[in-house]
Amino acid sequence: MATTAHIHAHAAPQGFIRKYIFSLDHKVIGIQYYFLALAAVFTGMFLSLLMRIHLIWPTAQIPLIGEIKPETYLSLLTMHGTIMVFFVLTTAPQSGFGNYFLPIQIGAPDMAFPVLNMLSFWTTLLAFVVMIAAFFVTGGAPLHGWTGYAPLSALPNSGPGEQLGADLWITSIAIFCIASLMGALNFITTTLDLRAKGMTLMRMPLTVWSWLITAILGLLAFGVLLSAGILLLLDRNLGTSFYVPLVVVNGQVMGHKGGSPLLWQHLFWFFGHPEVYIAILPGMGVASQLLSTFARKPIFGYRAMVYAIMAIGLLGFMVWGHHMFMSGMSPYSAFAFSLMTMSIGVPSAIKTFNWLGTLWGAKIRLHSPMLFAIGFVSLFVSGGLSGPFLAQPVLDIPLHDTYFVVGHFHLIMGVAAIFGIFGATYYWFPKMFGRMMNESLARVHFIITLVGTYAIFMPMHYLGMAGQTRRYSQFTEVAYQTKLLPVQTFMSYAAFITIGAQLIFLFNLFWSMWKGPKASDNPWEATTLEWTTATPPPHDNFGGHTPVVNHGPYEYNVPGASKDFVMQTDPATATAH
Amino acid sequence: MIGTKEPRINYGGAVTLPPIMGGGGDGSGGGPADFSDRLRRARLGLAVGLTPIIMLFVSLTSAYIVRQGLPTLDENTNRYIHDWLPVNLPWLILILNTCVLLVSSVTMEVSRRAIAREAALAPVRSIPGVSLGEETSFPWLGLTVGLGLMFLFGQWMAWRELAFRGFFLATSPSSSFVYLLTGMHALHLAGGLLALLYASAVALLRKPVESRRVVIDVTSWYWHFMAVLWIYIFALLEFAR
Repeated sequence: MATTAHIHAHAAPQGFIRKYIFSLDHKVIGIQYYFLALAAVFTGMFLSLLMRIHLIWPTAQIPLIGEIKPETYLSLLTMHGTIMVFFVLTTAPQSGFGNYFLPIQIGAPDMAFPVLNMLSFWTTLLAFVVMIAAFFVTGGAPLHGWTGYAPLSALPNSGPGEQLGADLWITSIAIFCIASLMGALNFITTTLDLRAKGMTLMRMPLTVWSWLITAILGLLAFGVLLSAGILLLLDRNLGTSFYVPLVVVNGQVMGHKGGSPLLWQHLFWFFGHPEVYIAILPGMGVASQLLSTFARKPIFGYRAMVYAIMAIGLLGFMVWGHHMFMSGMSPYSAFAFSLMTMSIGVPSAIKTFNWLGTLWGAKIRLHSPMLFAIGFVSLFVSGGLSGPFLAQPVLDIPLHDTYFVVGHFHLIMGVAAIFGIFGATYYWFPKMFGRMMNESLARVHFIITLVGTYAIFMPMHYLGMAGQTRRYSQFTEVAYQTKLLPVQTFMSYAAFITIGAQLIFLFNLFWSMWKGPKASDNPWEATTLEWTTATPPPHDNFGGHTPVVNHGPYEYNVPGASKDFVMQTDPATATAH
Repeated sequence: MIGTKEPRINYGGAVTLPPIMGGGGDGSGGGPADFSDRLRRARLGLAVGLTPIIMLFVSLTSAYIVRQGLPTLDENTNRYIHDWLPVNLPWLILILNTCVLLVSSVTMEVSRRAIAREAALAPVRSIPGVSLGEETSFPWLGLTVGLGLMFLFGQWMAWRELAFRGFFLATSPSSSFVYLLTGMHALHLAGGLLALLYASAVALLRKPVESRRVVIDVTSWYWHFMAVLWIYIFALLEFAR
């Protein structure tokens, strides 16, 4: 192995600023990413709270905000989606936990390029600040949705938020792309080059596999979004016509001619669909890690799990057209995209059945991380099953602009990924902060969140089938939509309760950081490398030595072993086989 | 445990795939700072880092080709027409520019080999009483920077010439793409120039020769990539007008 001493050329910093602010330590950077995502998730959740209030009380006067106008509703919707997708689902599971635990789990002292790592965090923070700034400029935040469809997004006079707010939105996304690319570069190089002796690819924990494949997806996808964003900025500010056809806005002929709005959709979704997997793959890795640890069984079909992650990543690049069935594409193209999309069901089912196989006949330890891992599988199945519906053009066309799609992607990409983040938080908190989180509060948090999210998002499927349109700010004016309002009311109340339950999590997180009982080095009796080192890990992760790996990542209940788990660094003779 | 018998149950520990890129138990681990490791890691990082740049230009190429074949609505006749206007590129300037960039690639390569030789001979040179003779070192790196700046200046001349011929950024979709592709390439090349200036600064600051070698080596590969990328863009703009 070719790691190490010089990677850690940066000595342990002493001053507060170099230790906690401009730190090169991947662990500090991971925590910084985590708290950025935490700030983002509460921002995004607050926006959804405003939307849910507006949907059932359209004329309510909200303190400090006043009445929400229809265009403000669209701004809330846009910013909620954007913040959640980029600054939460992409940031927390990959950049947060990945940064903290990838180097430790492969036995490296740090990331391959620590300075680049620090730069990538600060660039992400800059992107977040630019994004939030869009709320405070003239015209407010954009209203073109997180997908930013042209020509709405390409014409500054197409709506109140489409002036400077939209420029800031695009700039923020572009900055985020660059930050993510720097992060992905680091993840891939680190995984390929800095593994400890004995850490072969097929001994890497599934979390590491999922971070690696996610990084590869990011590497291939974010460059395309960046180029799409540059074209959009040129259309908006320099008069080019990449996306804008001959168009009349408010009776005024715009100067553009000959652009194609579909070009934006192709470029955006070539990024956008892999982005879905960028959000969910790390959650899959975490779920595998947790299910195996708390079921005290090796993960069922480790190899199949690895190949399934790869297959999902590969297929993820071939299905972007299923977001565009409505665009009038050729039925032959639609058929191809439909077929490819449904084929993703195969590796997804392999993963699901392997998770169930891991649980089968196990003596499960139902600690809070495990509850969230099981919740992840539940949400993944519930949200995933509606995927094959939407993969068929003939069903997608009536369902596309309804709440059915909103329910589908929130369950599978939103809440399932969030459950992965929660599971990872409860699981790794002891290692990160040296203390245990409160188990009772965690269970209450789990039960309310699981029931609450199902109560919010399952009815959306039925609303969609009943024809309730998405993105509408009010349903009070159309007779058939009005009849569905009681369901919306039920969902809003479920949302209020679920959002309230997140305060329990927040309290538990911060309270446990200072007041939780001290954690041992390996409180869950897990096997991977992060549990072999001190809690919290020292600056160079392993206190001056490099671990040597002798075992696979999930050796639980090995026949002949003295205890029910074999650490990856245990001597090769630790088992009787 | 490589090569030992694995348990029947798959614990995710079976070893069949060979380790790649130096991970997974192909060495002794730890040890003193080893610059060949650093060089390999930097090269790997560069190879990974070039991927999104390739993706950026692949997506722009795809947009270019799609837009070229796209009919648009003409408001006067209310019919779909092809409005793609072939851009008359300033051939001479661009050919000269290409030559400048190719020569700079050569000087960069000479610079890379010189520093590799210097790094290889460094241990010998440090032996007391051993002399390798006087070597005159030509500032190849400085020459490369000069040629890089000349290329950027040449591109600017080409843009001025295009404007003189009536092709501005928003004149037609084809001219938009010409400015976009050449501009994006120039931006990336300017990034390479910054790296070259950094490499020169590292040389002036008398950092260890191995450190200089790592910086110059990855910069040179990036520089060669920029030359190849330029030839691709030039060919695309010329042959897919």
